[in-house]
Amino acid sequence: MSTKPFRPDVDAPEYKGKYVPYDIIKEGTIAIIVVGLLVVLLATLFGSPDERAITVKAWSNADPIDFATTALGELNGSTVTAKYGAPYNTAAPGQNLGPLRLAQFAGVTIPVNTVRDFVINPLSSLPYDKALSAALSEWKGASTSQQKSWVSNYTASASKMTWSNNQINVPATNAGPVPELINKLTSMARSGALDQALVTGGGFYTTNYTKPLLFVADGTYLANLAQKQHLLGSQWGMMNETGSYPGQAWLWLYTFWYQVPPFNTSTNADVQVSALMGLLSILLLLLPFIPGLRSIPRKVRVYRLIWREHYSD
Amino acid sequence: MAYLWSLAALIPLNNYGHYIHWGVIDISVANFIVVVLMIIAFVAALFLPFPGRSRRKESR
Amino acid sequence: MSTAEIDRQWTTRLRKRATGHLPPEKLLPDTQPAYVSSWIYVFGVTTLAALMMVILSGIILAIRGPQWWHSSAIGHFVNSTHLWSVEIFFFAMIVHLWGKFFMAAWRGGRSLTWVTGVVTFLASVGTAFTGYVSQTNFDSQWISTQAKDGINATGAGSIFNVLNLGQMLMWHIVLLPLAAVLLTAIHVLMVRVKGVVPPFEENGATK
Repeated sequence: MSTKPFRPDVDAPEYKGKYVPYDIIKEGTIAIIVVGLLVVLLATLFGSPDERAITVKAWSNADPIDFATTALGELNGSTVTAKYGAPYNTAAPGQNLGPLRLAQFAGVTIPVNTVRDFVINPLSSLPYDKALSAALSEWKGASTSQQKSWVSNYTASASKMTWSNNQINVPATNAGPVPELINKLTSMARSGALDQALVTGGGFYTTNYTKPLLFVADGTYLANLAQKQHLLGSQWGMMNETGSYPGQAWLWLYTFWYQVPPFNTSTNADVQVSALMGLLSILLLLLPFIPGLRSIPRKVRVYRLIWREHYSD
Repeated sequence: MAYLWSLAALIPLNNYGHYIHWGVIDISVANFIVVVLMIIAFVAALFLPFPGRSRRKESR
Repeated sequence: MSTAEIDRQWTTRLRKRATGHLPPEKLLPDTQPAYVSSWIYVFGVTTLAALMMVILSGIILAIRGPQWWHSSAIGHFVNSTHLWSVEIFFFAMIVHLWGKFFMAAWRGGRSLTWVTGVVTFLASVGTAFTGYVSQTNFDSQWISTQAKDGINATGAGSIFNVLNLGQMLMWHIVLLPLAAVLLTAIHVLMVRVKGVVPPFEENGATK
């Protein structure tokens, strides 16, 4: 009978040395007390951050032009959400990992139509208003090509947009009902009614904020606030927290890849970084089975420090 | 309600954070402190003598 | 009923297997090998203690619901203990991981202990993340609208919608903690079954 050779990175030598008293319950109790006290101390000293959530109301009051420009973007299809692709719509094929278009393959499971969900439906929920009612009827009765032509005529002059007399002004011609739609949506937003309409679009109860979050993220207001808090993706924001608090520092490697080539310029960075992190996680998971990697601890000999007492005996 | 104020943080960290830039690295001071403390804890755990040792030697 | 019949019962066989692998003196040992003598060994139990604090503070937050902490000083303090116990949890877990790596703690049939440890780490990252997006404040607005792109790009966004607060809260307070606690329990039981990994053999220093 042949004995298998001893593999130092896989097999452990049999320990025949002495055993010493060990009180596992006492050790656990001490750990809980020490950690508990430390938690209370840190919580008392530093507290925790809680920056209030922004609202569409706050956004449209702080920057009505940014709001109206975003609303127009939802109509003309130029916002991030309007151009997103799966899982929200079919406007784009989405990112690809080599030949794999994973998002597109998974399909449109959370349908969002920016024109209907962000503009027309909320406006239709408002109390009767003669001018708005006429504008909505005109919009709904028009062909798609007519709607597009109005929106593009308005978009062509949108760079001259001003905010005066509590309304959005754009010197557009042949824009049909679009000026009225944008103006009333802005008033609706500034009153706070749009926040409610976006949230309750699905009925009385909801725990789902997909639509208001997508709309808010399409503007620049949220991103500008985030930039001040150093939270942008390009600022390693994934591991940062509002204020001066420590954040999810354990995401350092995930956010690191976004900062370096080829990912920092790749249009498929999200899926590439996710795949890379998945691969690295599997490597860490399977470390005991990977020759070479599993020999590192034996070769760097840090274990000599840990078990120095054992080796000195 | 005064007792509630005693629950407020003594040193709230709500002001904008400070950041360390070093080449591509861009890290908040708070995260940097956490990482440095982790490394210190690890190195200290390797080098500091574990208290059981002397007792064990005596009892031998 | 014959003894042989009793011995064949599923219950009897499960009990015998369980007590064979993990007799009470292994589950709650009163001695340990003399080589377990370094501060590096305290980070495992510290991680466990921090996990208990995370769960305890989370339970208190759950009693009053997801938005209580915005309007109550006590709630905010409990939230602070939740945050700091999470920071200590990850701190201790990562130092524990470094230590176990340099001990090559997977040796001697302990590779599954390593694997469950890494899976627990990944589950914990997911649990923390779903907590960040369930805060119902500016932070959760920003983190969720950013993270959606990373998750959508993999196709997972078709099921796992980070913008759906109800869904994220369920993952954060039911599904992922259940997974993390179960994995931790399996991980700890595996350590008790196999014992702490012995030192590398060195010439003239083997015992």
